[in-house]
Amino acid sequence: MDTKLKNYIVKENGDIILNMGPQHPSTHGVLRLEVVLKGETVKQVVPHIGYIHRGIEKMCEYDTYKQIIHLTDRMDYLSAHMNNEAVCLLVENALGIEVPERVKYIRVVLDELTRIASHQLWWSAYGMDLGALTAFFYGMRDRERILDIFEESFGSRLLHSFNTPGGLMHDVHPNFQKHTMEFVKYFRKKLPEYHQLLTDNVIFRNRTQGIGVMSKETAIAYGVTGPSGRGSGYSCDVRKIAPYGVYDQLEFEEIIYDEGDSFARYMVRMKEIEQSLNIIEQAVDKITDGPYTAKVKPIIKLPEGEYYQRVETARGELGVYVVSDGKKFPYRMHFRSPNFNNLFVLNTIAKGHLIADLVAISGSLDLVIPDIDR
Amino acid sequence: MSGVIKYFADILHGIKTLWGGMRITGKYFLSPKEIVTQQYPEIRHKQKIVYDRFKGEVIMPHDENNQHNCTGCGVCEMYCPNGSIEIITKKIPGENGKMIKVIDKHIYHLSMCTFCGLCIKVCPTQALAWGQNFEHAVYDRSKLTKVLNKPGSSYKGLNKKKEAKS
Ligand code: SF4
Ligand code: SF4
Repeated sequence: MDTKLKNYIVKENGDIILNMGPQHPSTHGVLRLEVVLKGETVKQVVPHIGYIHRGIEKMCEYDTYKQIIHLTDRMDYLSAHMNNEAVCLLVENALGIEVPERVKYIRVVLDELTRIASHQLWWSAYGMDLGALTAFFYGMRDRERILDIFEESFGSRLLHSFNTPGGLMHDVHPNFQKHTMEFVKYFRKKLPEYHQLLTDNVIFRNRTQGIGVMSKETAIAYGVTGPSGRGSGYSCDVRKIAPYGVYDQLEFEEIIYDEGDSFARYMVRMKEIEQSLNIIEQAVDKITDGPYTAKVKPIIKLPEGEYYQRVETARGELGVYVVSDGKKFPYRMHFRSPNFNNLFVLNTIAKGHLIADLVAISGSLDLVIPDIDR
Repeated sequence: MSGVIKYFADILHGIKTLWGGMRITGKYFLSPKEIVTQQYPEIRHKQKIVYDRFKGEVIMPHDENNQHNCTGCGVCEMYCPNGSIEIITKKIPGENGKMIKVIDKHIYHLSMCTFCGLCIKVCPTQALAWGQNFEHAVYDRSKLTKVLNKPGSSYKGLNKKKEAKS
């Protein structure tokens, strides 16, 4: 028999080696999971990455700090705004640039809108992964409203290189505050639908509760951050533990669930949406008139040294590390991306579950593949 | 016995939660006012689909005299992170016989543009702007390379300089 035609390998001891991906609808990107199965039970998951490696870190070494911004968009494209902000904050802190108050509050509002949009997309796709196609349309319907706000203000819907060291590229649209408040009101009304459609669904609960349990120790050992880490009781919200921007002046809760299963990670994200709505409500009123950017030299040069800045993206802690030799390009740039750590915990938590649950587990980690490869 | 009760209670609970979800879809199915789907190619000419600030492509606005604002300074070329812009200048004789540098071709590679907006922000004379066209599908890749200044166009400021001198 011609074994080459088969898309799986059977070992002598009866184990089956199966490739999930790189073109698999539920990995949401080009990720290949090499799964070792015993019957239908997962024995081992080996992630293979690098299919969408673009060398962003290397490219950064040949770009000025203003040009780097548009590259960071393309790492975790669903938290584009936070990625931009990380680099901007790093440059601002290194040079001691005082950013106008208006910019700080606009950035917070945009951060949270991006976070909601990201969680909505995740919610839609997660429902779809588990067979609830209806959820997809409801999530996308409401996400469209946020994208409209983005498009009105900065002209792009997903990759809006809108931050620049010192402030914003240009001012937001005059209707920005009004439309944001309208969205908050609208979405508060629609959020219970999400719970009725998916959270309370008995099939969904059976497929996620008790599946892929990650202990707090595992989360810390692997450096799992973001909602996935907080679902295991690991308090890791950078907005709380190392506030940047104006997060220390806003009231919100850090959502922590102790169960550590897929459902806990799901609930953390759903509750985070509510918290984000609260933050937006507080911050929108505080957007005062003023300049949209501080005065920055056309060519930014960081003084010699090492710099580190971390922010909370929709998926966890993003760290930006820069070594500067005093020139206009960074000497070395490194991104500590949340998804990289979140992916490699998969082997530990998926062991012993059925192959069908693997989708539920990898989906609940909310992976964005370009962020892993960079 | 309790096992049997639990079995039926589970079924009931399942039906109840499924009913909760079905009610939502049913509600939207029966209320046409809530429909958000747009019939895309059909509505294209009837209503505006994108906002004014939409980043479709980089364009160079020309006025009615076929004049633009570009001096050919090359700042946008320098700032573009991907090399999507090429500036080709030429020398033309100016007023008193002196040669002056003007733009010959402002070449824009749409296929390489990442829509970062730096060229538009840094242009000292605001010669560039965003165009709202987003239907960029073409049959040949070479069609994505465009010359932004129209043939026969000239720099707006050139006349002003001449007027000021005379
Ligand atoms: S478009 Fe603006 S920046 Fe570019 S060459 Fe012309 S004047 Fe200079
Ligand atoms: S928008 Fe950015 S990538 Fe596109 S041409 Fe301008 S500077 Fe280059």
